[in-house]
Amino acid sequence: MSASPPQVIQPKPATRLLGFVDPLTRPALLLLVSAVDRVLTPIQRRVGIDKMGYFFVLPNLLIFGIFVLFPMLLNFYYAMTGGTKLFPQDRPFVGLDNFATLFDCENFTQPNSCQEDLFWRGIFNTIIYVIFQVSGIVFFSLITALVLNRRIIARGFFRSVFFYPVLLSPVVVALIWKWVLQYEGVLNGIIEILGGESKRWLLDPNWAMFWVVFVSVWALMGFYTLILLAGLQSIPPELYEASSIDGANGWQDFRFVTMPLLMPTMFVVLVLSLIRAVQMFDQIFVLTGGGPGTRTQLMVQYIYTTGFSNQIQLFGLSAAASMVLGVSLLILTLLQLRLGNQSSLA
Amino acid sequence: MQADRISLGQFLSLRSGGKRVNTADALTYLYLTIGTILMFGPVLWLVASSFKTQAGLVKYPPPLLPYQQVQVEVEGYDEPLPLFAVTQEDGSARELAQVRRVGIEAQMVDPADPDAERIKINIRQREPVEEVKLAWENYLDPLVELENFDFFTYLKNSLLVTSIATAITLIINSMAAFALSKYRFKGRDAIFVLFISTLMIPITVILVPVFLVITSIGWKNNLWGVIIPGAATPTGIFLLRQYMLTIPDELLDAARIDGGSEWHIYWRIILPLARPALAVLAIFSVMWRWNDFLWPLIVLSQNDYFTLQVGLNAFQGELQIQWHYVLAMTVVTLLPITLVFAFLQRFITTGIATTGMK
Repeated sequence: MSASPPQVIQPKPATRLLGFVDPLTRPALLLLVSAVDRVLTPIQRRVGIDKMGYFFVLPNLLIFGIFVLFPMLLNFYYAMTGGTKLFPQDRPFVGLDNFATLFDCENFTQPNSCQEDLFWRGIFNTIIYVIFQVSGIVFFSLITALVLNRRIIARGFFRSVFFYPVLLSPVVVALIWKWVLQYEGVLNGIIEILGGESKRWLLDPNWAMFWVVFVSVWALMGFYTLILLAGLQSIPPELYEASSIDGANGWQDFRFVTMPLLMPTMFVVLVLSLIRAVQMFDQIFVLTGGGPGTRTQLMVQYIYTTGFSNQIQLFGLSAAASMVLGVSLLILTLLQLRLGNQSSLA
Repeated sequence: MQADRISLGQFLSLRSGGKRVNTADALTYLYLTIGTILMFGPVLWLVASSFKTQAGLVKYPPPLLPYQQVQVEVEGYDEPLPLFAVTQEDGSARELAQVRRVGIEAQMVDPADPDAERIKINIRQREPVEEVKLAWENYLDPLVELENFDFFTYLKNSLLVTSIATAITLIINSMAAFALSKYRFKGRDAIFVLFISTLMIPITVILVPVFLVITSIGWKNNLWGVIIPGAATPTGIFLLRQYMLTIPDELLDAARIDGGSEWHIYWRIILPLARPALAVLAIFSVMWRWNDFLWPLIVLSQNDYFTLQVGLNAFQGELQIQWHYVLAMTVVTLLPITLVFAFLQRFITTGIATTGMK
């Protein structure tokens, strides 16, 4: 569509754009649009065409500034104040005390020895969760993408099957699995029919983390499968023709044609899933609530609990912990840029 | 060993094998079958369970279909009576309706002969007679009479948040993308970099200060507090800007020569031409907003303002989980997204595959 000469493109009338707006509000909306035009035209005459860019970027910039940029800066201040009051003027300045509290540990490998043991448990659990979740996602979405890329019947259907859970809300996903995994649930029913032993899966310290990881892989892998599938389909078929002339077998095709050309896409999948896994909260919150005990409590849940759901709301500690999370995300992003540059050079 | 390796290779290779069904094809379909069961099974199980009665849900091992005990109308009794298959002392079986139960003794009546004397039996002699029947009351009760789950309020809030937030996101993101792609002004590139650099900064990192801003404005327990903070999405700006860069400048110049104002150009030329990208962003935005959980959970603490997701979470977090209602309401919550997916599947999948964003 980019090749066609400009004069051929006929802009569609804006009224069609409003096709979904009901006929009663449509005139009102068009009136509003022309009112904006009447206000803007004299301004445009005074400042010139290019400066109108400021006007168009303004609403977005305003919301961005108030709800993203300003809070980002304010977060530093919160991290350095104490008390339980929300408004900054009521909060005593405590310097780096909050960070000192978070990092007050006798032995960093033993969360029990830390003053904020929940924070460290959160970090440890997040690391375990991220490692298994990300490798699970990369592995299963790669296999699924390879399978879906083969010549199969009903490819569209199977693609939807793997993609469907991506659209479900974390609350719904968690409830679906909570129902399947409960003690008198269908999983235990099947296991008993097969002669196995029922378990309270989500209350079992040895199994809770497994299921938390399993459920997130289940819910998210379709998204990454789709990205990998797009990557696979962008590999030129001539390369496979060439390799078959050279007598390569299937494994060699995969090893020497598919893998190298899929690497950039794999990298995208790795980074995206990594950054999202670090921020995991809602699914686990509904599925296990961080339990049993603190077995599946991750970093974001600590931030939420400390700042918002505990009786005593420690906003400073919460902000400090969120800065630790922010720094980890920053490191991951920088690592991505660094490695991404290297892999594109190679 | 060698043979195994080749079949693994074929399995992984792009090309399907010959015309015969080979090991690789068999493995492929095996994988797809297991995958389909694993991906769809739990959802179908949820839907099937949501039609079982409270009594039907505690049955273990759980039956596949929703069974209910048959109720019969018996002359002389106001309420329908539950029907049982009774094994009598002499070994013969007959179907009787239960009038009442006292301890381990049940008083039964023959539905065909209600005037006859009541038959007293041991409760171990009777088995409920069941039929497959959908428990629609799981869906209907929460709509009218549950005091701690106000479905219509939550639905209304969710619909308001999703539609208003999506409309605002589309308008302000497309305006910003238009400015960043079609104008030259001082600071343009800096603004673009500023927007894009926050792609990797989620709201989880700045919960406390955003909460302060919301509280200061007075938007705590107010749907605007949920709608506005996430409206300036870097994803949307990026997506729309990339698309608008492909719209030829000559079109804009032609409109200017015809005397169209810049706002006119945005409204009459840019928006209609950017429709495909706007559609993708609209679908994303609907998904984000309908499924959003953590931020609404923080902003909305009063029942009247809950969205469906927050309400559902509160409802399932009660001490005695009323699973029969929770399941039905979960199905209702996943229904709209499922319908959107069924109709816009191609749009969503190509949208994600081309932008790499969700």
